[in-house]
Amino acid sequence: MDFGFSQEQEMLRATARKFLENECTSTFVRARMAEPAGVTDEFWTKLAEQGWLGLVYPEEYGASGLGFVDLVVLMEEMGRASMPGPFFSTVVLGGLAILEAGSAAQKKEWLTKIAVGEAKVALAWTEPSARWDAAGITATAKESAGGVALDGTKLFVLDAHLADALVVVARTREGARPEEGVSLYLVPKGTRGVEVKLLPTMDQTRKACEVTLTDVRVGADALLGAKDGGFPPLMRVIDRATVALCAEMCGGAQRVLDMTTEYAKIRVAFGRPIGAYQGVKHKAADMLVDVENAKSLTYYAAWAVDENVPDAPLAASMAKAYVSDAFRKVSATGIQLHGGIGFTWEHDLHLYFKRAKSSEFTFGDATYHRERVAQLIRL
Amino acid sequence: MDFTLTPEQETLRADVRAWLKLNMPEGWTHGSTITSDIPRPEAYALMRGWQRKLADASFIGLTWPKEYGGRGLTFMDELIVHEEMALAKAPPILNVLGVGMAGPTILAYGTEILSCEEIWCQGYSEPNAGSDLASLETRAVKNGDSWVVNGQKVWTSLAHIADFMMLLARTDPEAPRHKGITYFLLDLHTPGVTVKPLRQMTGDAEFNEVFFENVRIPGSQILGGVNDGWTVGMTTLMYERLALGFGLQVRLRIALDALVGLARRMPKNGRPASEDPVMRQKIAQIWIDTESLKYTGARAITKASAGKLTWVETHQRLQELAMELEGPYAQLVAGSDRAIDGGIWQHTFLRSRANSIEGGTTEIQRNIIGERVLGLPKG
Ligand SMILES: Cc1cc2nc3c(=O)[nH]c(=O)nc-3n(C[C@H](O)[C@H](O)[C@H](O)COP(=O)(O)OP(=O)(O)OC[C@H]3O[C@@H](n4cnc5c(N)ncnc54)[C@H](O)[C@@H]3O)c2cc1C
Repeated sequence: MDFGFSQEQEMLRATARKFLENECTSTFVRARMAEPAGVTDEFWTKLAEQGWLGLVYPEEYGASGLGFVDLVVLMEEMGRASMPGPFFSTVVLGGLAILEAGSAAQKKEWLTKIAVGEAKVALAWTEPSARWDAAGITATAKESAGGVALDGTKLFVLDAHLADALVVVARTREGARPEEGVSLYLVPKGTRGVEVKLLPTMDQTRKACEVTLTDVRVGADALLGAKDGGFPPLMRVIDRATVALCAEMCGGAQRVLDMTTEYAKIRVAFGRPIGAYQGVKHKAADMLVDVENAKSLTYYAAWAVDENVPDAPLAASMAKAYVSDAFRKVSATGIQLHGGIGFTWEHDLHLYFKRAKSSEFTFGDATYHRERVAQLIRL
Repeated sequence: MDFTLTPEQETLRADVRAWLKLNMPEGWTHGSTITSDIPRPEAYALMRGWQRKLADASFIGLTWPKEYGGRGLTFMDELIVHEEMALAKAPPILNVLGVGMAGPTILAYGTEILSCEEIWCQGYSEPNAGSDLASLETRAVKNGDSWVVNGQKVWTSLAHIADFMMLLARTDPEAPRHKGITYFLLDLHTPGVTVKPLRQMTGDAEFNEVFFENVRIPGSQILGGVNDGWTVGMTTLMYERLALGFGLQVRLRIALDALVGLARRMPKNGRPASEDPVMRQKIAQIWIDTESLKYTGARAITKASAGKLTWVETHQRLQELAMELEGPYAQLVAGSDRAIDGGIWQHTFLRSRANSIEGGTTEIQRNIIGERVLGLPKG
């Protein structure tokens, strides 16, 4: 058992940290929060130049061909910087869906474009029922002349307003089980009947949309993967995305711990640094325990999904359950230990606190994943 | 990052497994196997035999160098052996202090009086020196080639059956507190040593008071040099937490398996408790925490205190949950034929209260993390 990162991975981490410290400053993040896009063309191009937009896609698509653990390293750093923009939605969600389910031609077209920064793709999966299981998929895809017609409402779709294409998850057939009869369709931007509405969200660094599909006609070639067979590849994508999200959350939690520790050393009250008081010190120690355990479970899960070992879904759920609670607690304690300044808009702590909240409820919160763990261990 | 085992480790695992199948001690009944705690008095004889057997088969002291009866293997190998023992529900190792603490410490400081068969105890705490260990008062005065010890230790686990003690005594009362302490290896059969068992809240007497009246120790039994005992003692504590990190993780896993069994048997609102949504949440969380401990233990040996805190908190929560699952039956102890599992859970539940005190209290562990890991000022 080797928990270490390779030298290349450590280098990737160092490069990413430096890049983000320069390019993704608090000022940059706050400017993006105030705008609908959440990203600039210039910034997106720079990410492409670093090779990060195609980090985990095979080299045949002009991409870097690295492993999932590398992505986890990068996501940790992005979380540390509270990086806004459609990296996660495009590279991890939309892109991995195409990689998992797409035909050779679809992969060639889209992954190549994503890798160089020419296309963004969003995943339109969840609906107003806010369910994470197959039964939550009620949007329909019905046969129509030369293709299908899509109808339904997708909610909490990350960065749909920026996307050049949507991967729409729809029901093509009522199966015996809800997992059957789910299909994926690639719907290009501007297709008639697609309406995208940006939602005002607490976490302004992450843009979520409502997507309404009204008699959206696409051709047979829009099908991504096997008809009625979309759910298994979708779950593989979601397990991976869940672990990537956990990594991002770990990065954010570590940053809050760092800020808090630094502050506890310099802020003086009653003649001593506040970190000398056990009421503060012990809370900081608990933060460290949470962060360390969160990373342990995330790293193991990263390895498990990368190797596709049988307990990969279990590992992903264990990580998401733990990390959801950990980031929420750590970011709240961070604010508490900063006192009044921690409650200001000026201070960056609230960015992490809000990111913790939006991430907590993305792909299921701790309660959801604990139940999934219970099922997977056959309790 | 790689969690697969090497071929050598796979072989080791197969060896232990095969050996355990043939060598499980007679008289080791199921009732006593689900305890997650250290051995109870009625099992001492059986366990001494067990330890000898393990030593003969070279499954003890795996990490010790070959010339001292060890196998020169890594902590990872040791973990594999512990895991197999847990899976086989084998008896725990009685001499956990000798194997996990005295052994490595003595090796680090180079004396050759080692064998895997003796039982060791740790004579650190005194009536006026617990968390604040450096205030210990037991005196050792030089007399010719030997030292004469007077004073008292307390809470000394297993002293009533131990052959040797790791003894901290004050040798220079004039020196600063940490600089006047020496580490002795004391043969407990030396005249002048009196051991008086102390009854614990479990009803068992597993720890003791130890009195020294003009006890003579040869100068050759000093480890690490006169007045250098503090450093040596801290090395032992580090190994204690390391041994805990591995051994305790396995004990937690045994207890967890037993808990799952209990949840399947105990009814809750007319169904097995394992089907109750709230109970499922609680059990799944303990499962997740147990797994996180495994990986944090492997990752962050330098942050051993983080592992200890997680272990303590998880184990105490597990034992509380066992009581909750038993409901009114939780009141019944060994001796009642209506007691669940012969009342073993009542014992392990009570015993778990000591977890947050023994080996350094949770408050002290938080101080250590705050000051040594996070670098916060001392209080
Ligand atoms: C079952 C069991 C087995 C044991 N076995 C051994 C053994 O084999 N050998 C051995 O030497 N000892 C042993 N001990 C003793 C154990 O190490 C001590 O009990 C422990 O270190 C605490 O010391 P104390 O009991 O004097 O409590 P105290 O130090 O008096 O602590 C009392 C309370 O004050 C808190 N406290 C103290 N100082 C601080 C501080 N600086 N900051 C915040 N809170 C603080 C503590 O956390 C605790 O809550 C054992 C104890 C138990 C319960």
